Amino acid sequence: MTTKKHNFLKKLKSYLPLYLMMVPGAVYLIINNYIPMTGIVIAFEQFNYGKGMWGSPLIGFKNFEFLFKTKDAWVITRNTLLYNIVFIVLGTVCAIAVAILLNEIRSTRAKKLYQTTILIPFLISIVVVSYLAYAFLSTDSGFINKTILPLFGKEPISWYTTPKYWPYILTLVHIWKGLGYNCIIYYATLVGIDRGYYEAAVIDGANRWQQVVHITLPSLKPTIITLTLMSIGRIFYSDFGLFYQVPMNSGPLLDVTNTIDTYVYRGLMSLNNISMASAAGVYQSLIGFLLVLTANFVVKKLSKENALF
Amino acid sequence: MVDRSKGFQIVANLIMIILVLCCIVPFILLVVSSFTKETSLIRYGYSFFPREIDFAAYKYLLVDSTDILRGYAISAFVTVVGTLANLTITTLFAYPLSRRDLPGRGILAFFLFFTMLFNGGLVPSYIMWTQTFHIKNTIAALLFPNLMMGAFYVIMMRTYFTTNIPDAVIEAARIDGAGELRILWQVVLPMSIPIIATLALLVGLNYWNDWLNGLYYISDDKLYSIQVLLNRMLLDVQFLLSNSEAAKTLQQNEDFVLPSTGIRMAVAVMGALPILVVYPFFQKYFVKGIVIGAVKG
Repeated sequence: MTTKKHNFLKKLKSYLPLYLMMVPGAVYLIINNYIPMTGIVIAFEQFNYGKGMWGSPLIGFKNFEFLFKTKDAWVITRNTLLYNIVFIVLGTVCAIAVAILLNEIRSTRAKKLYQTTILIPFLISIVVVSYLAYAFLSTDSGFINKTILPLFGKEPISWYTTPKYWPYILTLVHIWKGLGYNCIIYYATLVGIDRGYYEAAVIDGANRWQQVVHITLPSLKPTIITLTLMSIGRIFYSDFGLFYQVPMNSGPLLDVTNTIDTYVYRGLMSLNNISMASAAGVYQSLIGFLLVLTANFVVKKLSKENALF
Repeated sequence: MVDRSKGFQIVANLIMIILVLCCIVPFILLVVSSFTKETSLIRYGYSFFPREIDFAAYKYLLVDSTDILRGYAISAFVTVVGTLANLTITTLFAYPLSRRDLPGRGILAFFLFFTMLFNGGLVPSYIMWTQTFHIKNTIAALLFPNLMMGAFYVIMMRTYFTTNIPDAVIEAARIDGAGELRILWQVVLPMSIPIIATLALLVGLNYWNDWLNGLYYISDDKLYSIQVLLNRMLLDVQFLLSNSEAAKTLQQNEDFVLPSTGIRMAVAVMGALPILVVYPFFQKYFVKGIVIGAVKG
């Protein structure tokens, strides 16, 4: 018994250097990730900076009651979900289409050039993207108002105060920025498909479309599932920069640009609204967490090897 | 697919060329605008064909003002220090996790993975970083929150170690009397250059492009990195767009100079330029990183 215990301690001691290596990372995770998790109590408090996270009075579910009584709760949930669904579907379709097309290009040099350039928008920060959008959409000096619309004899449009265009603009910007990234992932899978399948299909008289439907898409299925699963897990989250900076934080657009993330940020910065902001944050974290688990559970049932964990 | 028909190739190339143009045309508009004379910008707007070329915006940014150069210096500092620190912490955490014989490996992996599933959200993080660590308006605000280390990169690196470093190599080094740190430094790392290069690029890109921490925590203009500077100029424009009364009062004040239309675009060019210049040389690693990152760890 004592020798067994002794051996165990000896074994642990031999691993001590490995555990010590992990200390900086573990400390960082505890500070940056785990401590803020306990901060969800703020959502149940009437928070005030003077009393701090642990001293502010508890008020139960009042913050959530207030939040869900406002019109905002519905608007931010609707916007976050709808945009994400459109982004997932359209983003996947576009990326796969471009990847297939790219794979068809014969010249290796052209292929490489295309691949390199369509990734550029992904590398640029969303702030720079906001400037790009502004160069096109600015009311007084934008390219569209000053050059395109006069060409057709149309009146200038005040883009930053007209909500009806923004669902299209934001979708376009999002697809534009992410296309190269997603395309490369699908392309990498495509390149790995055994060419023998296609040769056999051609011998059997399959046309190009049939090859895509019966060989290419089934081969991409695992990648599509993994990527979609990851996106569904994040369906309650949005790209803050896209929804805050690209529309220039413009008030008249809020109805179509406010998402959970922008709502939380605005609440946090306008001091009197911290409790509501944290209630919205907890709402986001919890539903997000449940969605990852559910999505993973469903995939596990359908095809085990594609599950994330 | 083995169809070699010429017509199809032409159509496919044509579509790809249109896509490529869509990706770069906005940048051309940006660059051209930054070289256009202010008066013609105001009269004709941002345009691909400038009527009068002028370098005033760049002269102002590079000669008359120190903001951009300071911004570059801060961005460069944060990117280098942040990337080095991030990679060190990530490697030190990933390597033990890759060792199949490590007792408690499963628990530690879960400890890491759980941070990808659940988080406390912005409000508690913000309160903790500002009230407990007082990072507001310090350079630490651009380094620590949400950038030092992420579960995703650790998992990428761990997967690389488990699949590319044979146990026998580590065992042999141990028999030769090497300690763990020495094994990591002299045996494992030299075999892992591709993943380290790839992660360095991705992490470096994140640091260079980070403006969000600046938005949350930095209001002192001496500490603006280039992206934060860009962001602040955008906020000024937003403020004037949404508040025409304030705009009038400000413009009456002679000390207030709103960044001119051309300068705004020139700053955006300066923010994007380093990446666009460096990118072609590292294209291969970026592509590799994206592909590795997409397959689950």
